[in-house]
Amino acid sequence: MSDTANASSTETPAGGPPGALEAVIGLEIHVQLATRTKMFCGCELSFGEPPNTRTCPVCLGLPGSLPVANARAVHFGLMIGLALGSELAPRSIFHRKNYFYPDLPKGYQISQYDEPLCLGGSLGEVRIHRVHLEEDAAKLIHVGASGRIHGSDASIVDFNRGGTPLAEIVTEPDLRTPEQASEWLRLLRTTLRQLGVSDVNMEEGSLRCDANISLRPAGASELGVKTELKNMNSFRFIERGIRAEIARQEKLILGGGTVVQETLHFDPGSGAITSLRSKEEAHDYRYFPEPDLLPVRIEQAMIDAASADMTELPAARAERLRVEVGLSAESARLLAFRGELGDYFEAALAATADPAAPAQVLANWVTGELVSRLGEGEDPASSRVRPEAISALVGLVAEKHVSVGAGRQVLDRLVADGGDPEAIVAAEGLAAMDGGDELAGIVAAALEANADAATRVREGNPKAVGPIVGYVMRETKGRADGTEVSRLIHEQLGI
Amino acid sequence: MSATDILELTASAAAAEIAAGSLSAAELFDVYQERAAADRAAGDHGLNCFTWVAESAPEAVVADKTAGNGARPLAGVPLAVKDLFCTEGVPSQSGSRILEGYLPPYTASAVSRLSAAGASLLAKTNQDEFAMGSSNENSAYGPVRNPWDRSRVPGGSSGGSAAAVAAGLAPWALGTDTGGSIRQPAALCGIVGLKPTYGAVSRYGMIAFASSLDQAGPLTRDVGDAALLLREMVGRDERDATSLQFPHPIELPTAERLDGVTFGVPEELTGEGIEAGVLESFHAALDRARDLGAQVREVHLAHAPHALSAYYVIAPAEASSNLARFDGVRYGYRAEEPRDLLDMYTRTRHDGFGAEVRRRIMLGTYALSSGYYDAYYGRAQRVRTKISEDFRTAFAAVDFILTPTAPTVAFGLGEKTGDPLSMYLSDYCTVPMSLAGIPAISIPCGLSRGLPVGLQVAGSAFSENRLLDVAHALEGALAFDGSPARV
Repeated sequence: MSDTANASSTETPAGGPPGALEAVIGLEIHVQLATRTKMFCGCELSFGEPPNTRTCPVCLGLPGSLPVANARAVHFGLMIGLALGSELAPRSIFHRKNYFYPDLPKGYQISQYDEPLCLGGSLGEVRIHRVHLEEDAAKLIHVGASGRIHGSDASIVDFNRGGTPLAEIVTEPDLRTPEQASEWLRLLRTTLRQLGVSDVNMEEGSLRCDANISLRPAGASELGVKTELKNMNSFRFIERGIRAEIARQEKLILGGGTVVQETLHFDPGSGAITSLRSKEEAHDYRYFPEPDLLPVRIEQAMIDAASADMTELPAARAERLRVEVGLSAESARLLAFRGELGDYFEAALAATADPAAPAQVLANWVTGELVSRLGEGEDPASSRVRPEAISALVGLVAEKHVSVGAGRQVLDRLVADGGDPEAIVAAEGLAAMDGGDELAGIVAAALEANADAATRVREGNPKAVGPIVGYVMRETKGRADGTEVSRLIHEQLGI
Repeated sequence: MSATDILELTASAAAAEIAAGSLSAAELFDVYQERAAADRAAGDHGLNCFTWVAESAPEAVVADKTAGNGARPLAGVPLAVKDLFCTEGVPSQSGSRILEGYLPPYTASAVSRLSAAGASLLAKTNQDEFAMGSSNENSAYGPVRNPWDRSRVPGGSSGGSAAAVAAGLAPWALGTDTGGSIRQPAALCGIVGLKPTYGAVSRYGMIAFASSLDQAGPLTRDVGDAALLLREMVGRDERDATSLQFPHPIELPTAERLDGVTFGVPEELTGEGIEAGVLESFHAALDRARDLGAQVREVHLAHAPHALSAYYVIAPAEASSNLARFDGVRYGYRAEEPRDLLDMYTRTRHDGFGAEVRRRIMLGTYALSSGYYDAYYGRAQRVRTKISEDFRTAFAAVDFILTPTAPTVAFGLGEKTGDPLSMYLSDYCTVPMSLAGIPAISIPCGLSRGLPVGLQVAGSAFSENRLLDVAHALEGALAFDGSPARV
């Protein structure tokens, strides 16, 4: 979590001075639902199959074919609504959104319009406007140099993706900074992953995000003219794209210009923002109720079924980790919002032999020592360090069988080769030295070798102890317990 | 059995002969195949009822000469199917150039059900393009002629189906009705046409015109045939979310009397605008109904006069969206050498669609446009609700409603093509029932100027069994002779 995750709406954007412009950001997130079959037909969802092999008359929009709504997608939609605290509409309807494009075989997308499945709600500090269900478009592949439709030699269509169920989640414009937007999106992703309703993989397109961005004088209540930035396919691009668009609007406004309502494309390669279409060019989608489908009536049994499938969500997990497990608020949030870390931590905690052992220490080892060795974003479950191993290691350190420094060496070995901490300690001779004569002798040698430092410590400069301790640790290969070393130094110096 | 004798059989009678072993399904098929193929071969000199005719009897019919066909309810009796039903591997063009030569990879549910019940596909019938029309003059494959008078239209949009059955080129046929497209051509050709309750028959595989109104139904020589074909068509289809399980089995009608039955005659649909000869025939039919013991009284359908206006907003609106898929990208006609995507769309759709289809797409697009939606589509839907309420009120007082099916008898080819509004009025009496989603049947009730007049009987939703019974009793009393058309 970066510091800006907690930024409140009164802060100025992007570190600007007070009185400057404030960014107002809302997100529209498309989530591919992990149902077995498509939104309106029986085709199985596609995961990289050869093009146009997961199709049927319905998702190809062949003449005479009709849609039938996927009950599982409605179920997942209700789970999302419950997770976001939305009002679940007792009756919602599908609409047709009409426009022509080769990736849209019927000439309309079946979506929801003024009667969506879920209304309102919130996640963290961000209010949810609505959640609705719709079908994904097919995939257009532009053959030729540019990779975009303009300037391509030909375009070919793969209908495997066409008709994949989507939940569109629309936030209120409650975000203020690019960092806050990407942090919040991570929280949403974790929440959705926890629900099991989607693979939420941005690179593969199962989670896609558009941002509505406007600027206004800081503290103003009216919204400025917004632009819509399309399809940024990674967290990094979302931050960069929003930052670039804020900068573009800021420059425009400060230069005396005005922002024009339009849809924009962010090119992460060049950082350039280009216009896709202006308000005047905007489609008139001619929404009308889809006559081929009946209204979706949500009965209590459907809500009960969705509730029964709910797992603990990140916000609730953070609260439990803080209150029941006794972690600091910061650790609890980190473990809860990065669900895979939380799962790993809880597995390690369950393997802890001593129920009285402080969980916070284990949490520190997992979120600090382990994460820094594996790299950000790596799931520790797929590393060689088994949760029981890190639990045992933390136990060895806590019981002073192993010093902290030696414990880090053990962890290095666990990350590299896996294995059992006690075996590593035995094999490498890393067991902590007790405070007996051997250690006292090494301390005495250290004081002798660092006579100047010893004098300064005796004269009242505690920081001068560094070289002495360093000598002891070198000599003991880190096996000495730091507290014991410190006690012996003080004893031998008579202070 | 001679070919002439065979032609005199209704489809039900033919099925019974096959079941009894006195007629083979293959023989029956061949008699009709020969007649249908001859009409197709005659081109402009024939009635132009068909866009495709089977070359020979399906294998199942040939192989199953004896007990097999008779064991199935439809006994191998050949069936003509309106072009807009998708039939696997058989051209399904919905009367449009944009689908010229289109071979669907699957078969419509209604056709599959009938095949499973023993119907064999004889031919695909000509129709108005995408079922938009009341005269069959909007077909990209040429107009159909009325067998009673070849200079006149057969009605539409199921004109090919109606003319084929009337002329004895097919024992029976499948059509679709959106605002009268089964009933009106049935009336103009002197046969029986039934539009079932909306949802009774699956729409899966019917190339859509207006989804909330389209409904498949039979065009037959008599009411018994209509009941038999309907019986094998109805039922919930999981591929059509708007289809419904029919609450009870369809039974073959037997009633000969109408004692205890009350008919309502709505002033709004039986006065001004109805041709004098048609009204005369209609009133004579009312007398026959009284003779059979029925009560006839006046009812009101106050909003019925607005039905046509509402219909010509709702149907084109849905059509403008349903027909968006014909874009030249995946199937059907595509303009040659397009400059870019927009040029391909524009020229494909301009050249692929006929004038009436383009007109309705534009009407519908306008009606759904932002800023106009409430004034047109929203308002039309409110009128639709009022019309349904009118029927509900009326059916609290009477059992069935009687009207003429069409305001005129068959009109001349070209007579109304220059005046869309007068053409639209052909459906004045049939559109209200379509908007209300209720079943209605047209039976021939007499001749005016030597041309058939249709009597429409409408009932409440899912009242088909009683409706067929009543129509059967009336049919017996009216004793219409359709044989002059079968030459």
